[in-house]
Amino acid sequence: MASLLGRFCRKLVVPGSAHGSRMISTTACDSEAVKSLNLYSAINQALHIALETDPRSYVFGEDVGFGGVFRCTTGLAERFGKNRVFNTPLCEQGIVGFGIGLAAMGNRAVVEIQFADYIYPAFDQVKRVFPTLEFDFSTAEFLIRGFNSQIVNEAAKFRYRSGNQFNCGGLTIRAPYGAVGHGGHYHSQSPEAFFCHVPGIKVVIPRSPREAKGLLLSSIRDPNPVVFFEPKWLYRQAVEEVPEHDYMIPLSQAEVIREGNDITLVGWGAQLTVMEQACLDAEKEGISCELIDLKTLLPWDKETVEASVKKTGRLLISHEAPVTGGFGAEISATILERCFLKLEAPVSRVCGLDTPFPLVFEPFYMPTKNKILDAIKSTVNY
Amino acid sequence: MAMWFARSRNLVSSLRQNLGLSAILIKRNHSSPRPVFTNYELSSKVFLDPSTSFRHESTAVESQPDLVQQSDHEDDAQELDFPGGKVGYTSEMKFIPESSSRRIPCYRVLNEHGKIISDSDFIPVSEKLAVRMYEQMATLQVMDHIFYEAQRQGRISFYLTSVGEEAINIASAAALSPEDVVLPQYREPGVLLWRGFTLEEFANQCFGNKADYGKGRQMPIHYGSNQHNYFTVSSPIATQLPQAAGVGYALKMEKKNACAVTFIGDGGTSEGDFHAGLNFAAVMEAPVVFICRNNGWAISTHISEQFRSDGIVVKGQAYGIRSIRVDGNDALAVYSAVRSAREMAVTEQRPVLIEAMTYRVGHHSTSDDSTKYREADEIQYWKMSRNPVNRFKKWVQDNGWWSEEDESKLRSSTRKQLLQAIQAAEKWEKQPLTELFNDVYDVKTKNLEEQEVGLKALVEKQPQDYPTGFHI
Repeated sequence: MASLLGRFCRKLVVPGSAHGSRMISTTACDSEAVKSLNLYSAINQALHIALETDPRSYVFGEDVGFGGVFRCTTGLAERFGKNRVFNTPLCEQGIVGFGIGLAAMGNRAVVEIQFADYIYPAFDQVKRVFPTLEFDFSTAEFLIRGFNSQIVNEAAKFRYRSGNQFNCGGLTIRAPYGAVGHGGHYHSQSPEAFFCHVPGIKVVIPRSPREAKGLLLSSIRDPNPVVFFEPKWLYRQAVEEVPEHDYMIPLSQAEVIREGNDITLVGWGAQLTVMEQACLDAEKEGISCELIDLKTLLPWDKETVEASVKKTGRLLISHEAPVTGGFGAEISATILERCFLKLEAPVSRVCGLDTPFPLVFEPFYMPTKNKILDAIKSTVNY
Repeated sequence: MAMWFARSRNLVSSLRQNLGLSAILIKRNHSSPRPVFTNYELSSKVFLDPSTSFRHESTAVESQPDLVQQSDHEDDAQELDFPGGKVGYTSEMKFIPESSSRRIPCYRVLNEHGKIISDSDFIPVSEKLAVRMYEQMATLQVMDHIFYEAQRQGRISFYLTSVGEEAINIASAAALSPEDVVLPQYREPGVLLWRGFTLEEFANQCFGNKADYGKGRQMPIHYGSNQHNYFTVSSPIATQLPQAAGVGYALKMEKKNACAVTFIGDGGTSEGDFHAGLNFAAVMEAPVVFICRNNGWAISTHISEQFRSDGIVVKGQAYGIRSIRVDGNDALAVYSAVRSAREMAVTEQRPVLIEAMTYRVGHHSTSDDSTKYREADEIQYWKMSRNPVNRFKKWVQDNGWWSEEDESKLRSSTRKQLLQAIQAAEKWEKQPLTELFNDVYDVKTKNLEEQEVGLKALVEKQPQDYPTGFHI
């Protein structure tokens, strides 16, 4: 564990905020009050604001009452009451389904699934989407539990199949996802690719506390069901100056967080931290890297990536999820279609292996900084 | 001994409460309610000698619906505290039997000949309401027949009927208020019919024409109408149940005088969403009426292959939900049960479960031939001798509220209206092609805009590859 921690800073330098890199920020101007917050606190702030600004909004899921297993829902029940912030029975398909019903009646439901690994049972309910109910799922693993039953067949299709007579735009499903150093099969998964294949929902993944607050508020207020994956590794590790006021970061807009000329790197969530380290190392060897945070994976901002690749002629995508069928494949195929003649090298993907997420083998499984650096160099030297 | 009398009185009073709102029920003829069992019955079955104590328990749980028979070895004075509260202590090892020796009885009002059974509890139905109920049941029959034939003729792609379940469809709808939000499975078009959806509107959805509110996106019978508080039908089974819990909760939070009402078949109760829906509704204390149409068949799967419990009604208590089993082919019983359940749900802010016993006379759908897995005699028996429409008709006629002349007028005019509706729907303009791309999100996204442009160009270039009539 200590060795894994050694790979990262104790307090992570958030991608895009490092000295020397040009950061194009879409968030608050400098005169606004800011506070140094970690990821779970930023998310907590967003939830407080969401519930404060819309009296018809709800937050629920397993264990959210006392503050949630990752502390994201601290203080909400005390402040807004148990009618609006409550624990649910242990049943992801029930959580999403219940949220769909609430959202269909015009409310905002912010649902937490404890681990994205558990989202699969709710899968079906999400497809028949209802308004953005925000569900607090503790890990994306558990989100997989919800996947089939409610997310895919219900939430996502709700507006479409009813001819827009009904919708559940008020539904937002939050789930912690991603490697944490010791999570193994069921507390480390990155299931975003499944959801990106479902027309009718949106998939959003923030990279840092400030991004998370703005993107979460946008997700909650977006009139479509949104699955919001939070990189659990960053809950405490990432600290950033976060504006205290109510602000939103637009969905479906990627951000160039580091400018460069030789190669474009695209990623999301916690992986951007690793990618940025690789970019810094590459710079020492004379390679100028452009790093893009996709932020919204569905629908994704093709134009920003396209413009960048047309400039650099090279593309590298990195994600923790297994490489086969991962979302990198979609980006690669699209960019190939749009930028074929501009490409100097094949699109490179540095991703997780095609195995269930292993415990002791995690350091081997992960798309590490050096794997990315090697891929940058071989792409540039193609 | 005195202990047992007290307990039987408590059981009786709780049963009375569960039977409904005594204020509006037609009272039984006797002055005081019979106790459910006498002290003698209790003692004869419970007080057994030690040598047989390991054998007696499954037979001892019988004469009343409680799951657990009280034992003489139970020591009231000793109670243990556990996270769920206090529980009594017994040193007698006893398993709750897998089933009661007697099935939960079925509530009904009308006998098979359409006569009210004496001493029935029921909510009276006026002539106006009764006639309307009958008309709608007959209309549903005619609608089912004609749409089914239309599918057979190739005019619509698919259909499924509610034949045999007209009483459940219409009587439940009649017992609800228009503000109650209905989340159907798919065999409840009668509820929508009752609420005012026209035959033309049904036809439009089946043809997926430009007038279809669903914009032609789903198969026939996937009706929905926000105006009528009837959520759009979706094919996946039981997904509506946890959603109903959420809808009920929303109504509770809005303090509306309304509840969620959701339907499910016998097969659907095997889905995880059944468990999820009932459990959530109970925990959240949501006003939801769950109506299970136990019609004996889930496509070709008979209920004996679906569960091993005494149907669905016994499952309610497992979730802490008040439940009743009703004769689903008895329109008056269904009306009373649903009306009572609805009142309980709204005034007490709790879910209620109704198991309506019935029989699926029709095939599962136009894609099914049920003679392949069940006897034609069985179908015929239910169609002719256990017909809910005929049964209610007899009662309405006996009251002098309906004549054969009314009957033939209704059937012929409905038939005519349906045939016209089908002809009109068939000829109606198709949905414009742009509706393929709308409503995936609230606003069309870039990828969809691009795909629409691409498809339009393709259709213009090679129109012969595509069906005609879809305006670009």
